[in-house]
Amino acid sequence: MGHAAHNTGTLPPNPEKATLEGRNKFLAFWFFLGGETVLFASLFGTYLGLRNGTAGGPTAADIFHLPLVFIMTMILLTSSLTSVFAMLAMKKGNFKQMLVWMWVTVALGVTFLGLEIYEFIDYTNQGLTFTSSAFGSAFYTLVGFHGAHVAFGIGWIITLLIRYRKGGLTLTNAPKFYLASLYWHFIDVVWVFIFTVVYLMGIGG
Amino acid sequence: MSNSQALTKSALWDWLTTVDHKKIGIMYLVAGAFFFALGGLEAMLIRIQLMFPESNFVSAQAFNELITMHGTTMIFLAAMPLLFGLMNFIVPLQIGARDVAFPFLNSLGFWLFLSGGILLNLSWFFGGAPDAGWTAYVPLSSAEYASTGLDYYVLGLQISGAGTLIGGINFLVTIITMRAPGMTMMKMPLFTWSSFVASALILFAFPALTVGLFLLMFERLFGANYFIVEAGGNVVIWQHLFWIFGHPEVYILVLPAFGIFSEVLSTFSKKRLFGYSAMVFATLIIGFLGFMVWAHHMFTVGMGPVANAIFAVATMAIAVPTGIKIFNWLLTIWGGRIKFTTANLFALGFIPSFVLGGVTGVMLATSAANYQFHDTYFVVAHFHYVIIGGVVFGLFAGTFYWWPKIFGYMLNETLGKWFFWLFLFGFHLTFFVQHFLGLMGMPRRVASYLDGQGLNDLNFISTIGAFFMAVAFILLLVNIFVSRNDKAVADPWDGRTLEWATPTPVPEYNFAQTPVARELDALWYEKMQGNKKMPVAEPLGDIHMPNGSILPVIMSIGLFIASFGFIYHTYWISVVGLGITLGCMVVRSVKEDHGYHIPVEEIQQDKEVG
Repeated sequence: MGHAAHNTGTLPPNPEKATLEGRNKFLAFWFFLGGETVLFASLFGTYLGLRNGTAGGPTAADIFHLPLVFIMTMILLTSSLTSVFAMLAMKKGNFKQMLVWMWVTVALGVTFLGLEIYEFIDYTNQGLTFTSSAFGSAFYTLVGFHGAHVAFGIGWIITLLIRYRKGGLTLTNAPKFYLASLYWHFIDVVWVFIFTVVYLMGIGG
Repeated sequence: MSNSQALTKSALWDWLTTVDHKKIGIMYLVAGAFFFALGGLEAMLIRIQLMFPESNFVSAQAFNELITMHGTTMIFLAAMPLLFGLMNFIVPLQIGARDVAFPFLNSLGFWLFLSGGILLNLSWFFGGAPDAGWTAYVPLSSAEYASTGLDYYVLGLQISGAGTLIGGINFLVTIITMRAPGMTMMKMPLFTWSSFVASALILFAFPALTVGLFLLMFERLFGANYFIVEAGGNVVIWQHLFWIFGHPEVYILVLPAFGIFSEVLSTFSKKRLFGYSAMVFATLIIGFLGFMVWAHHMFTVGMGPVANAIFAVATMAIAVPTGIKIFNWLLTIWGGRIKFTTANLFALGFIPSFVLGGVTGVMLATSAANYQFHDTYFVVAHFHYVIIGGVVFGLFAGTFYWWPKIFGYMLNETLGKWFFWLFLFGFHLTFFVQHFLGLMGMPRRVASYLDGQGLNDLNFISTIGAFFMAVAFILLLVNIFVSRNDKAVADPWDGRTLEWATPTPVPEYNFAQTPVARELDALWYEKMQGNKKMPVAEPLGDIHMPNGSILPVIMSIGLFIASFGFIYHTYWISVVGLGITLGCMVVRSVKEDHGYHIPVEEIQQDKEVG
């Protein structure tokens, strides 16, 4: 592989899974996401065990700012959609369009991350810090782990976008973009659970 | 620079950068054996301290450090890497592959494990080793009660755990996609099957440990409050996270050992494994149930009778698939032409030894009775029966069985049998009496015991047994040294599976032509058909190989440096270290590396020589 790969005209319909290496990566990445699921499940379990451990400090209902979190949710969901558009463009062989949609995904991710940092600063000012109570520690750990995943994803996709800004789609870079998009969907799904378990249950139940 | 210097330097560079699964396997074996000796030394010190009542051979603090490091070293740095070494070398050969799916990640996994292991052991020299037991229960392991040793524990295990996880994913993908034509899942050798299930357990168990270690690290270094009760925390969360990892870990260790026994018993009985498909499904069921029983380590924590009963029944259920396996092994040797080689002696010795551990396991699973056994030497006796009687016997059986393939020479059988009998005798002498010590009430993890409590004789006997095991291990090292000129043939045991179809030493590309597997025990089937060689799936041609890389070493060093920054609260060092690792990841991602080809002429030449 790799030699004939630069000729975009002859790429197979699913370039991300056309080579053994690509298929291996695809399978391994799904396994990796399985492990990541256990990682987040452990963090969710810890959070659920500690969410009432406020030690007299602010509770979830006291400080969570649902409208902001809703906007963040919408932004992250939209970024998942734009990464789908990018993959559709890839399958059509429209590399330029794929790059554009990936950049849009990155921009939405950065916005989300900015709002999350703002949210954390706001909560810290209201007295909920990483060290103020077990609830605070568990909250910042769970949501922070997710935030760190978003940050890593942004760095990863930007690296790919800069590396492959020229030259077109190949059998080598197609799996890379595809996996980055898969990862992005995963952190989006995790956020849906955070929105439900942390924020909605924090306000409502 | 003289010529010989150039040669040695390039050999070192070759080992540092290699992505060859066989060389990585050998490095795992060497590093694992080193840590095994280290953990054994710690065990000897523990037993010498307990040889006599009220002894002062080591201080109570040193004793706590010894028991912690003995357990941690043996589980994470000896047993797992030794199994990984065998898996790395053997699994690709057994499935007729040229390498694992991700040779680069394979190398990364090894170097992460090694740097984590070294980091953990450096704690001995910098302010004392961790001392909260291998389970590191909070609050014993919290900042309030434990010094920097626990930081080394948290970070060392985090790094080596990441290596293990990478290795697990690699084996899963390798076994799914890299099998030779004809080798369906249900024609895979049982060692490959059990490696596959163990890898799946690694994938789903290790992240829980990752989280537990992160929480403990954040609490110790950054003042988080997960386990601090005054701040709303809960200490039991650590126990859950640890055992959600820790119980599957037991099966991660023992399943590959089961695989080794299946290969060895079948080879040396000259019979096909009895009940192959039952064996496969029993392995899968054990793997599944392994995740359902973690709280049986916590019966006395106060979960209540309902939870205790559920976990007790789930635990006892594991005896069913394990029993299926035991009977299948017995029926495999039944009526076979048994050869009592050292490898087979270990496999045969395993069966009764492990059954003893299984029986005490069911006793411990009885949650009401568990209150009596908990934290006594009864538990120590139980888990040494399953870990030594299962895993270590498996490792020794595998060592003697695959040694000729891996290192190219035969281990001496006479010395080997001395080794086996001394070890078997020493093992039972050490641990059988500990059942009674436990029932008499001797608590585990206590540095001494009083005179006149009736504990003296059995403790003395136990220590004598430990010396037998130590002597046996030294005999193994002697054997490895004195046998080194006894060159091995390609198939010394009249083997059944594909690793014995390769020449010895195994060429870099394993198989000049990818073989076709037509039956279970593919090589044996061709032998029985009167074929001298495996049928092949492709004409002789150039072979594509991956390039070596130094990046895994640098990435591991980066994390190693970052850990020191965390331990000594000098965070710019951590930033530098993490920067090195992330930088290497970027380099790896940006630099396309398409490998190289071994020309067909070279392969032709090898074939003529071989």
